[in-house]
Formats: sequence, C-alpha cells, structure tokens
Amino acid sequence: MSLLEMNHIRKSFGSLEVIKDISLKVDEGEILSIIGPSGSGKSTMLRCATMLEKIDAGEIRYMDERIAWADPDGTKHYPKGAELKKVCSYFGLVFQSFNLFPHFSVMKNITDAPIHNQKRNKEEVCEEARKLLAKMGLSDKADAYPCQLSGGQQQRVAIARALALNPKILFFDEPTSALDPELTGEVLKVIKSLADLHIAMVIVTHEMNFAREISDHVMFMDKGVVVVEGSAEEVFTTDNARMKAFFGKLQH
Amino acid sequence: MSFTVMLQQLAEGMLRSMGIFFLTLLFSLPLGLFVAFGRMSKNKILQGIVRVYISIMRGTPLMLQLLAVYFGPYYLAGAKLGKNWRFTAIILAFVVNYAAYFAEIYRSGIASMPPGQYEAARLLGYSKSGTFMRIILPQVIKRILPSVTNEVMTLIKDTSLSFSLAYAEMFTIAKQIAAKETSFVPFIAAAAFYYVFNAIVGFIMNRIERSMNYYT
Repeated sequence: MSLLEMNHIRKSFGSLEVIKDISLKVDEGEILSIIGPSGSGKSTMLRCATMLEKIDAGEIRYMDERIAWADPDGTKHYPKGAELKKVCSYFGLVFQSFNLFPHFSVMKNITDAPIHNQKRNKEEVCEEARKLLAKMGLSDKADAYPCQLSGGQQQRVAIARALALNPKILFFDEPTSALDPELTGEVLKVIKSLADLHIAMVIVTHEMNFAREISDHVMFMDKGVVVVEGSAEEVFTTDNARMKAFFGKLQH
Repeated sequence: MSFTVMLQQLAEGMLRSMGIFFLTLLFSLPLGLFVAFGRMSKNKILQGIVRVYISIMRGTPLMLQLLAVYFGPYYLAGAKLGKNWRFTAIILAFVVNYAAYFAEIYRSGIASMPPGQYEAARLLGYSKSGTFMRIILPQVIKRILPSVTNEVMTLIKDTSLSFSLAYAEMFTIAKQIAAKETSFVPFIAAAAFYYVFNAIVGFIMNRIERSMNYYT
C-alpha cells in the first residue's frame, strides 16, 4: 500500500506556474529526497502535500484514498472539519524556520497538540515526550523556552513535536537551511536516526551527501518539472547535463 | 469648606470615576476583539460597516458621542428614559468608543503574527478556534500590551468627560467646588487623584508585561 500518492500535480501562483505536472509516490518506511535549485518548486510540492497550498490540477491520495483533487474545470475538492483532521493526523511537517510556539515550553510544544487535539491521556503523552526528547538529545531542555535554545535544538524540538502525533509520514522542508554547519550536523544525525523507526519521510534539502546517504529514492527538480529521478546512486551518477551542472556547482 | 471635606467629596467622585473606568474596560476589551474580527472579516459588507463605525468613533470627539448617546433617544424617538439612563448612556458611549480603539490595537497585533504559527498549528491538528485561543491570542496579548496600557491610561483621564452630562464623577465635583470656593486647590487635588490612580494602573500593567517576559 502506498502511503502518499500525488498524481499530475499542477500549481500556479498568479501567472507563474511553479509545478508542472509532477507525480510522486511514497511507500511505507520509504525515504524520498527532493533536491534542486531554489525556486524549482520543491517546497511548494511539500506545501501541496500537506494541504497548506491547494493544487490547481491533479490528485492527492493518502493510504490509497483520494483526499484532494481538482476537476478539469478548476473546481477544487478539499476535506474539511473532521475529515481534514483525520488526514492531517497522517503526516507531520518540519519547517525551515521551525515555527515552534514561543509562549510554550519545550515540553508543552510537544505535548499540547496530542493532549488537546488528539485527546490523549496526559501522563502517557508526557512520558512519550520525555522519550522523544531523550532521543533528540534534549532531555535537559524540557522546561526551557524556544528562545533559550540554539537553532539546531529548536529544530530538534520541532521534529519531536511532529513525531509526538505519531504520523505515518514526515515531511521536512529544508530542515537545515537556517542552520550553520555544526548545527546542521546534529539535526541531520537526528533525522538519520528516524530512518530506523521505519517512518516514511519526504525531505526537501540542499544537503547532497545527506540525501545520497539516506534516501531510497531521489527526485531532482528544476523549474517545476522532475529532471531526474531514481535511486540515490542513479540520480547522483546521472549523465543528465542539468543535474551535473547543479551538482558540479556544489563542489566548489 | 475644609480641606478634608473637599478631599472626601473628591474621593466619592473618584469612586464614580473608577466605576466608569472598570465597567468600560470590562465591556470594551472583549467587544473590541469582536469588532476586530468584523474589521478583518472576508465578508465585505460586515467589514464595510465596521470600518465606518471605527472611523466615526475615532473621528469625532468622545464628548460629542456622550451627548449623542444621552440625548439621541429623546430627539430621535421622543423616548423619555429613566433616572438611570445618564449612567447607562455614559458607559454605553465609553464602551463603543473604546472598543473601536481596542479593535484597531487587536487587529495590528493579530496581523503581526507570522503565518508560520498558523501553518504549524494547522498541521498539528488545532481547530480554527483552538489555534486562535491557544496559539495566537496569548502571543498577541504580549505584543499589544504596551498599546493597551496607553489606551487604559487615556481612559482614566477621559472619564472626566462625563462632566458634560453632569454626572457627579470626580472632575465634575472638582469643578463645582472650585466654582463655589473660587479656589484652584480642588483642581490640584483632582490632578493628584488622577495621577496616583494612573501610577497604580501603570505599575500593574508593567507587572503584567514583565510576567510575559519569559519568552520573546
């Protein structure tokens, strides 16, 4: 069973077409990386998958069920209310800019949504949150506030916050782009450790070595289309001129 | 009239002034939030009505609004309202006026929130009202507190406008004593009353602001 399927997605902002007929598929436990230059539509693809943006054409399926789609005449069908809540429980998103809630402590950032929105038992959620924090190497930061943490620590809290809702698939939107190399390393290490949990991940990133190492599947996007895709080795050793040019520039 | 008698009378007036002050805040602070929602509504008609309301409240003198509310029912409909109408009219005029100002303060605070907070909340399964009450509003309150303090301090002094409806709040009494005794002392005493009350309110608001300093 595929967790997520996006078929023939199109998305425009005004007259600018950002995504031009892209399809992708993510199976359980699979790790997909989307790489490519800025403005190629990678992040928009994630924002469409998480329904922060509405697609102009195509369909989005979660768990083999059609969730959102656009008719040829442009009518958009999106879930609402309880249905939307159910779909949102399938996935989590880690933002480039963390987006932690500054007025909540680290612990509350992680536990508030499971307790309030999923109506789960408080003690159980807190216990789980402590385990997550330990996994993130942040056991001593439970009572700290986001403003007291480094960017790397904030991002690890954001990952824990997303994991606390037990998503089946986790999206990362350039999770290390706002971090210096040292902090990047600690966040990437945590993401790698999630691979063992057998949770599916879609990662938009500029960290090529990381993408190559962790991914089951890699998509290289440019100007709203998929230029190359395949296994990590296939994509990183491709003869495609555009990919080689992009990858070549990274080596300097 | 002895100095202590004067102070006693002014203190009685001060209690009435404080009555106006607290009742106005009690109603206008929440009402302002609803006005702000109307002002930000996607419904153009509602938004238009609220815009006009806010512009009238901010564009005409509060003293005139007090007179309009108090005398309006009689001149428009010939309604003869009871003895308590004076005080009700004062509270009504103050509440609708201050709600307009508070609404604009709320609106500025809500608009200053980064969209990422809404997006994160949405993906974590917060409902629209849950997002607002748990995530947005607490942060907005911290951001707008200095502006609200300004408005609250202005309100303390604005209560003196009730003299235009001859309501016996402190300033009205101070004027009466000053006229009767041909003395300026009642005004100095009135100034002291306002100043001390403002200082107390300022101190409390400062404490509230500091209590939110644990995050930025």
